[in-house]
Amino acid sequence: MTQQPTNSAASAGGVAAPPPTGPVRLTINGEEHTLQIAPWTTLLDALREYLHLTGTKKGCDHGQCGACTVLVDGKRINSCLTLAVMHEGEDITTIEGLGTPENLHPLQQAFVDHDAFQCGYCTPGQICSAQGLINEGKARTEDEIREHMSGNVCRCGAYVGILNAVKEVVDKESLEPRK
Amino acid sequence: MNSFTYHRATAVQDAVQDKAGHDGSAYIGGGTNLIDLMKENVARPTHLVSVGKLPLADIENLPDGGLRLGATASNADTAWHDEVKSRYPLLNQAILAGASPQLRNAATNGGNLMQRTRCYYFYDLATPCNKREPGSGCSAIGGFNRVCGILGTSESCIATHPSDMCVALAALAPTVRVSGPGGERSIAFDDFHRLPGNQPEKDNTLEPGELILSIDLPKEGFNKNFSYLKLRDRSSYAFALVSVAAALELDGNTITDARLALGGVAHKPWRDQAAEDLLKGQPATVETFARAAAKVLEGAQGHGSNDFKVELARRAIVRALKQAAEGTQTASDVFQNSNP
Amino acid sequence: MSTTNYIGKPTSRVDGPAKVTGTARYAGEYAVANLAYGYVVSSPIAKGKITKIHADEVLALPGVIQVFSHENVPSLAWFDRSYKDLVAPGGSPFRALHDAEIKFSQQPVALVVAENFELARYAASLLRVEYEQEAHETNLETQRAKGYEPGRGKTGFQPPPPPRGNPDKAWEEAPHRMEAEYVHGAQHHNPMELFATTVEWRGDGKITAYDKTQGVYNVQQYLTKIFGLKKDDCRVVNEYMGGGFGAGLRPQYSVFLAVLAALELKRSVRLTLTRQQMFSFGHRPHTLQYLKLAANADGSLAALQHHALHETSHFEDYTENVVNWSGMLYQCENVKLGYQIAKLDVYTPLDMRAPGAASGSVGLEIAMDELAYEAGLDPLEFRLRNYAERDQNQDKPFSSKKLRECYHQGAAKFGWDQRTQAPRSMRDADGKLIGWGIGGGVWDATQQKSAAKASITADGKLTVLSGAGENGAGTYTIMTQIAAETLGLPIEAVTFKLGDTELPEAPLQGGSWTAASVGTAVKNTCEALGEKLLKLAQKMDNSPLKDAKPEDVEFVNGQIRLRADANQAVVLRDVLQASGETKVEADSSAMPNMLKQQQYSLHSHNIVFAEVKVDEELGTIHVTRVVNAVAAGRILNLKTARSQVLGSVVWGIGMALMEETVMDHKFGRYVNHNFAEYHVPVNADIHDIDVLFVEEEDDIVNPLGVKGIGEVGMLGVAAAVANAVYHATGKRVRDLPVMIDKLL
Repeated sequence: MTQQPTNSAASAGGVAAPPPTGPVRLTINGEEHTLQIAPWTTLLDALREYLHLTGTKKGCDHGQCGACTVLVDGKRINSCLTLAVMHEGEDITTIEGLGTPENLHPLQQAFVDHDAFQCGYCTPGQICSAQGLINEGKARTEDEIREHMSGNVCRCGAYVGILNAVKEVVDKESLEPRK
Repeated sequence: MNSFTYHRATAVQDAVQDKAGHDGSAYIGGGTNLIDLMKENVARPTHLVSVGKLPLADIENLPDGGLRLGATASNADTAWHDEVKSRYPLLNQAILAGASPQLRNAATNGGNLMQRTRCYYFYDLATPCNKREPGSGCSAIGGFNRVCGILGTSESCIATHPSDMCVALAALAPTVRVSGPGGERSIAFDDFHRLPGNQPEKDNTLEPGELILSIDLPKEGFNKNFSYLKLRDRSSYAFALVSVAAALELDGNTITDARLALGGVAHKPWRDQAAEDLLKGQPATVETFARAAAKVLEGAQGHGSNDFKVELARRAIVRALKQAAEGTQTASDVFQNSNP
Repeated sequence: MSTTNYIGKPTSRVDGPAKVTGTARYAGEYAVANLAYGYVVSSPIAKGKITKIHADEVLALPGVIQVFSHENVPSLAWFDRSYKDLVAPGGSPFRALHDAEIKFSQQPVALVVAENFELARYAASLLRVEYEQEAHETNLETQRAKGYEPGRGKTGFQPPPPPRGNPDKAWEEAPHRMEAEYVHGAQHHNPMELFATTVEWRGDGKITAYDKTQGVYNVQQYLTKIFGLKKDDCRVVNEYMGGGFGAGLRPQYSVFLAVLAALELKRSVRLTLTRQQMFSFGHRPHTLQYLKLAANADGSLAALQHHALHETSHFEDYTENVVNWSGMLYQCENVKLGYQIAKLDVYTPLDMRAPGAASGSVGLEIAMDELAYEAGLDPLEFRLRNYAERDQNQDKPFSSKKLRECYHQGAAKFGWDQRTQAPRSMRDADGKLIGWGIGGGVWDATQQKSAAKASITADGKLTVLSGAGENGAGTYTIMTQIAAETLGLPIEAVTFKLGDTELPEAPLQGGSWTAASVGTAVKNTCEALGEKLLKLAQKMDNSPLKDAKPEDVEFVNGQIRLRADANQAVVLRDVLQASGETKVEADSSAMPNMLKQQQYSLHSHNIVFAEVKVDEELGTIHVTRVVNAVAAGRILNLKTARSQVLGSVVWGIGMALMEETVMDHKFGRYVNHNFAEYHVPVNADIHDIDVLFVEEEDDIVNPLGVKGIGEVGMLGVAAAVANAVYHATGKRVRDLPVMIDKLL
């Protein structure tokens, strides 16, 4: 049998030139950066490849794992499924903005204490997601935290530690009585 | 991902005009589905009109007692909005059953309606797909079709609409307000999405260039007796195999009004008004629910690896109606592990 | 108990702060100057030939640097053996871009290199490649008759032992019998980190490859042989690996392509595969197992037959030990084990966490459950009645085996005595069916040759080096603990470095042997350094250790002191200062003591207790409780070891309930090759998991007494869940994963 299957997205009209670049102003961890990039640069690639903020991870590039989670105006999103150019004028917080090895954020400390990771690759996304969860203030019980942390896949299977670490900080920071 | 230019629209009119001025352009809201598809080269817009920052994010009461959900309000903000939680808890439930918190924060209401199918073959350029490339053939028919449809399918496409939110909307029957080159109009939700027929590339009835402005819910929210039941291959962060939105009005044990819609089974959120009619005036019993389920699934047909969906849907409908009648669904879609 | 005794203690990861702050650097994250980006183009067909590649069309794009394909790849090493890595199975290794032939779907057919990532991706999407398609065969079910016994497998593969007794006759005559086939589909490792390589061009043909691998030395020897590089010119580094699970044992085509491009372009290159492309290489093979078991009236095993068939590629004979374990886990005089593989048009399978044993324990442990029910025995009681005191495969005693303690302690922790035997006999308050099941297994305790180097500076800081790997198992931490304890230093004073071919050679990070192999090397090296320090201490004026032999002293709390009299001590830092040396160094290595070991069977064991709750009407299953009791020798770090076993349980739950890469045989292609449709467990799938390590002393396996825990924890988990589903519902599912439709 012969047929012509193809993966190519090329159309008969030939190849279009790459898009032009332009300045994109991003506020990341309180610092303003101006990048000369094309609209096709995702927020994730802008962070990793243009700003060398590699704490934000690429695990699937399709919103299917949560490793690229960052906070935009305090809300957690997948940075792989959004364009950098869509976030001018917003406050972007990455793992680098939460704490440093010498001065860990309470969530980072709780993750170390509860051994809530192994390989560490999903961890920055888990922690940013947990901060988003705390900001949302919707999850209190263990079952709720499990559900609300389910947008972050951990292939090492550190979910028990992740639950305990997040719960510890939720309990500490939660002023409202537990449901 | 292909080469494209980008414009951040400043107003609805600007957006509509900018889109009309660019062949092969697309609106982008949150981007959670479009950018995914662009990275797969399934969507290849040459120009993006960003509408996410348009002033369409409000959720506000309507004079007729309904509720307007702005097109650019995020799925999360919609689900957790006080009016939604108290008056349309079915919608709250359905939204929270979908995707992940991160995706719900970025995804807009308008974008949720515009989601494309999750059919494996649609996403894979190496395989034929009529929806992606009209006339190339359907690989899911005769292939692996676990996620595919059992109702309203055609010989050219058995794909399903992947949204959870839209299943609740189908049950609540809002109208979709849109604006386009031809002006503003409203589309009944049931008419918004379409069946594949011989044009599976068309997911909905929007005219070229039309932009969703809002989803206008009617007054009736079924906030006492409702259920959104989602069945999937893992406990969270997975698309529905079958989902059911059920809503009832009860007078004692008699059903006075009913809404019933299914997800994961058809090219559109599948509301069955004949089944709803069958429920009305009947006692809220398992037997009644089973008759409604049978009605919904008349003519349902599996395609091999999704044969189980017919029976699963039957059971899910009965369960969801039972939960709705009992009024037992709690505020979030979380597995509750009760101890023995 | 002194403060510098760390071994065995639950110690937080020393690399924890780096990982939780995002400062730990993975292969695709090294910032190097003048970086070009690669993007792989993958084949849409499973078999055939490339007839034309329209590279000129994309080369016309400004910023596109080169398109590499079989048409322009420079001449490389000719012989197959040059492409054989340290763990390559028998056969002819796949060579990317070698010729026009397509051997499997998603085969890399071209590498596009451009000035930035987005442009490379764009150009790759436009590259037109024409193919001549040929008929492929990807269905193991239809190739059963073509199964064959592999000849020589890869290192570590052992053909099944010869049959013993008369299993056919014994089965015919026994009162309790079962026979059944068990199936599980292909599974992909899917570590969170994508395969990536950053090749730094150091000029003059010299490169440093920051590569995602479980063995920097394996990658180095692979690259040097293929590209004719000198070892000194080809440094391979991996400081952190975002999960491996076996996926990084063999050098992937990504490192080959990235290095090829860097050498050709004389430029630094980064290549990161996509998640979809992570399904283009090795995987746990689709496996069919046939088991035929019988028991006598007293519940003793009368006969055991276990036969397995799994897929391999057309170019290599992938092998793993699927059935051998069945000849040693239980006492049985009549045993026959069979093992075959069959060729398909797929990429060669690859070791994936507990390779062979994870699969084999699905067959054996569900079959044991079936037979227990046939014999009317509690599944745990049935296992106790068939406890193997000796390894009958090798006819040797075990160096240690505390599986019976696992059974008893695990059962007590789980509350197994509350179980009622009949299926469908237990329910929770909501009316959901409850099922309790068990499963377990056995895994090799092995040690590989390993080297290390240690140095201590005048300020009392110790640095220990060994080219081992950190893929999440806790290597940094346990090696730091061993070094700190051996030389009596606070853990903060010790730095352990790994993952670099400029460090002393360590084995691949796999097979659960790192703790035993590298740990022993680190211990020996620190002891060698200790002897040097003792000599320096003895040169001090009025040294209280003047006449002490190495065995007379101990290193504790920053001091060297006499074992017999702790007051006779010198402070280590004073020793260094008095010596006038700025740095004292030692290196050493460790080899398994074959003479001692060969008389014994060296193995770790476990048993898993699982509870499921099943909504019978809807077919939903939740694994609500698991106890995993493990006998794996000495545990170096209770905290990280527990995490490894917790992770293993999550893997087992995935294998039991959701993980399967589905092949569409029409296209010869995995249809769910992404993270949305290949499901791994998420947080909401995981509930209570308890890990028990039973005390198991063993001075035969290695001086540390460790057996390794990376794999053993996964054994039996999937079977325990499947058995629990049977107990809950009365439905015996023999085709994993147990998805919703199989319970309707």
